[in-house]
Amino acid sequence: MAIDGVFLTLTVSGYMVAMLLHAADFAFGPQSHVARAAVRERELVGAGGPAVVEGAPHPYAAPEVEPSSEPRSRWLLPAALIVTVVAGAAHLATVLARSLEAGRMPWGNMYEYVMTGTLLATAIWLFMAVKKPGVRHLGLFLVLTQVLLTGVAGIVLRKPVAPLVPALDSVWYVVHVGSIITATGLFLVGFAASVMYLIRSGYDAGKRTWFYPYGRLLANAETAERLSFRLHALAFPIWTFGVAAGAVWAEAAWGRYWGWDPKEVWAFISWVIYAGYLHARATPSVSKRTAAWIAVIGWLTMMMNLFGVNIFFTGLHSYGGV
Amino acid sequence: MKPALAFLRNSWRQLTSMRTALVLLFLLAIGAIPGSILPQRRLGETPVQQYFIENPKLAPVLDQLGFFDVYAAPWFAAIYLLLFTSLVGCVLPRLRDHVRALIKTPPEAPKRLERLPQHTVYGTHPTLDFKGWRKVRREHPDGSVTISAEKGYLKETGNLLFHSSLLVILAGVAIGAQWGWNGQRILIEGADKPFCNVLYQYDRPVLGPYVSASDLPPFCLELEDFQASYLENGQATSFEATVNGGQKFRVNHPLRLDGANVYLLGHGYAIEARYTDAAGRVQQVTAAFPDNNDMMASIGVLLFPDANGGDPKNQIGFEGIYLPTAEGASSLHPEERNPRLTLIPWKGDIGLDAGIPQNVYVLDTKRMTPFGERKTLKKGETQTLPDGSKLEFLGTRSFIAISVRHDPGEPIVLTGAVLLLVGLPLSLYGKRRRVWLRLHPDGTAEAGGLPKTDYPGFADEFEKVTRWQSTESFSPSR
Ligand code: HEM
Repeated sequence: MAIDGVFLTLTVSGYMVAMLLHAADFAFGPQSHVARAAVRERELVGAGGPAVVEGAPHPYAAPEVEPSSEPRSRWLLPAALIVTVVAGAAHLATVLARSLEAGRMPWGNMYEYVMTGTLLATAIWLFMAVKKPGVRHLGLFLVLTQVLLTGVAGIVLRKPVAPLVPALDSVWYVVHVGSIITATGLFLVGFAASVMYLIRSGYDAGKRTWFYPYGRLLANAETAERLSFRLHALAFPIWTFGVAAGAVWAEAAWGRYWGWDPKEVWAFISWVIYAGYLHARATPSVSKRTAAWIAVIGWLTMMMNLFGVNIFFTGLHSYGGV
Repeated sequence: MKPALAFLRNSWRQLTSMRTALVLLFLLAIGAIPGSILPQRRLGETPVQQYFIENPKLAPVLDQLGFFDVYAAPWFAAIYLLLFTSLVGCVLPRLRDHVRALIKTPPEAPKRLERLPQHTVYGTHPTLDFKGWRKVRREHPDGSVTISAEKGYLKETGNLLFHSSLLVILAGVAIGAQWGWNGQRILIEGADKPFCNVLYQYDRPVLGPYVSASDLPPFCLELEDFQASYLENGQATSFEATVNGGQKFRVNHPLRLDGANVYLLGHGYAIEARYTDAAGRVQQVTAAFPDNNDMMASIGVLLFPDANGGDPKNQIGFEGIYLPTAEGASSLHPEERNPRLTLIPWKGDIGLDAGIPQNVYVLDTKRMTPFGERKTLKKGETQTLPDGSKLEFLGTRSFIAISVRHDPGEPIVLTGAVLLLVGLPLSLYGKRRRVWLRLHPDGTAEAGGLPKTDYPGFADEFEKVTRWQSTESFSPSR
């Protein structure tokens, strides 16, 4: 097994541990239902019977008690973050090792492409988690996605190192794929923020089915929504640039800047959907929740392009190998 | 008359509303999907025919609705044309308002500055440096003075630029479709196999409605050399073609000629063979075997229409498989390390002179009968057929598949894309905001600030702008 394989195993395991820690934090962390129930019980015992009727908080109400009363589980969230940092370092090592071994940018085939895109998403996420402690719970969605994507990359997509096929031997390879990966990483984190916003705002609106009960654990809805918008607003021009650079490259490689190849079709679809998101976000008569759902659809079209198109359709983009 | 006008005005208002734009954007995205799922004529006819065979009931219906050429279908055009109409209807009034805003001075300060999101008061008249702001100073009868300052016009400029650039791109695409042309062609190595840029020499020419055959620029190409290099596992690392006395081009680096570009799309082996019929007449061909895989296992045909006196019932044709590095029925490497040519002979009507243009790379054996054994040859070997005629495998040459194109819309589309990329960040990150300063006659002063767009950092900026920076003594007249 090449050296990147060792790091890859570490990466995926790292994200898995981080995921478990995040999940445990949801279950047993200071804000969790279980923890609060325990705290409440203790209070009830201390305060005696009558308080039950009068002062018992609604099970879903925000915790009024400072979480410090449950020291056992306060380390879960920081631990999850630290493990994410470790997994991210292994992730970086995986991509670097692969890149060194191949002697080129690490996005010559789908395995390398997915690994680099997800690495960027982790970097963006950690940056935000440091700057905005309020969003750290969002990590569960992120590492969950990372486990899935890096896992699929490692188990299904991984291929031995090979030099680039002649079609990829171009400066546009760096420009086009680099910008597309960057935008994808940003969209991924933006998507996670949108999901968080949808759950939290749904919870605030009284929804209690599905995932909505978890909403009470998440950052404030407005923060998540803002964050999501800013990430999308950053990603969209980069995506636009990446698609335009792809068109310039296609002109040199295939003789036409746009030919409705399946990858091009789905890049166009994502672009249109994200433009729709920005419009919806800017229109006061469209609710923020509708806009967030559009962002979620946008991410689904991105996934369709990444996996669906490479696997189900054949087009000019299929040279990198699935 | 009146209700009709009202209806028109209402429809126009509906069409140019943001909600309609949103719906149309969604329709556009959904409308694009079938083009990635169903086979498209623009990418090749064969998969479409295959689809017709597999879905004989559904395919004609889909065809009627344009689903095999989605991006040229009337309903797809209807979506984007409505969207662009809506866009124009949206951009024009905004353009007018924006120009007005640029000409007009920033508006007078609101009466009650303390109601604004940002507000601060001074005990004396401050000297504020509104550097980089558009500002106007107004004196009032009651002795007070107001300064209105505004910034961030680039946001709206960017927005208008961005939306207009979409129209530029659309125009470029349309011009390319009307005045562009392209064709594909196989070019075999050798001075005896030149290609000249005339319409009938192309396999699949496509001319825009405003292009005629005589508009094609005159030039000829002659393939002098083709070099491909491969790894040991057969993966290609480079291809390079040399034409016309040393002009080289390769994948990603087309040959740019005056009035057309030549792109290297593929390559393969062409088989040279000589057929000597029973009467001793000799015919020689060089036939490209264009249907090849990664290891260059190639399929093609050798046609000898003039064999046996050219009698349509006694023409000779061979179906062939060429393996450059043969190992059983497959090729292990694209280079010629152990070349083998396997031929299946047929006799009868090849159909070449039936007047129907047909694919010269497959043999139509409908009016033919098998003629002897299938045989595998090395270079230089000869196969003898039942009537004593002979086929000799002389050798191979390289061929390249090229696409020749001219698209006059390209520079326009590129310009549009650049404008779009300039306008987009301005529009997304620009922030329109206003700050007012009111100097009261009693010597006190106050300032207020209003962000016109979502702008979390405005408080900081307001604080900076309204901090009294001047160390000079106070001068109320400035
Ligand atoms: C081809 C179709 C269109 C595309 C791809 C498109 C794309 C975009 C994008 C990406 C933005 C984000 C930039 C920003 O937020 O400032 C935007 C903004 C905007 N678009 Fe469009 N647009 C289209 C059509 C329209 C139409 C038809 C209208 C009018 C109904 C419209 C009105 C606006 C407005 C008012 C904004 C500014 C939103 C704001 O204040 O932030 N757009 N457009």
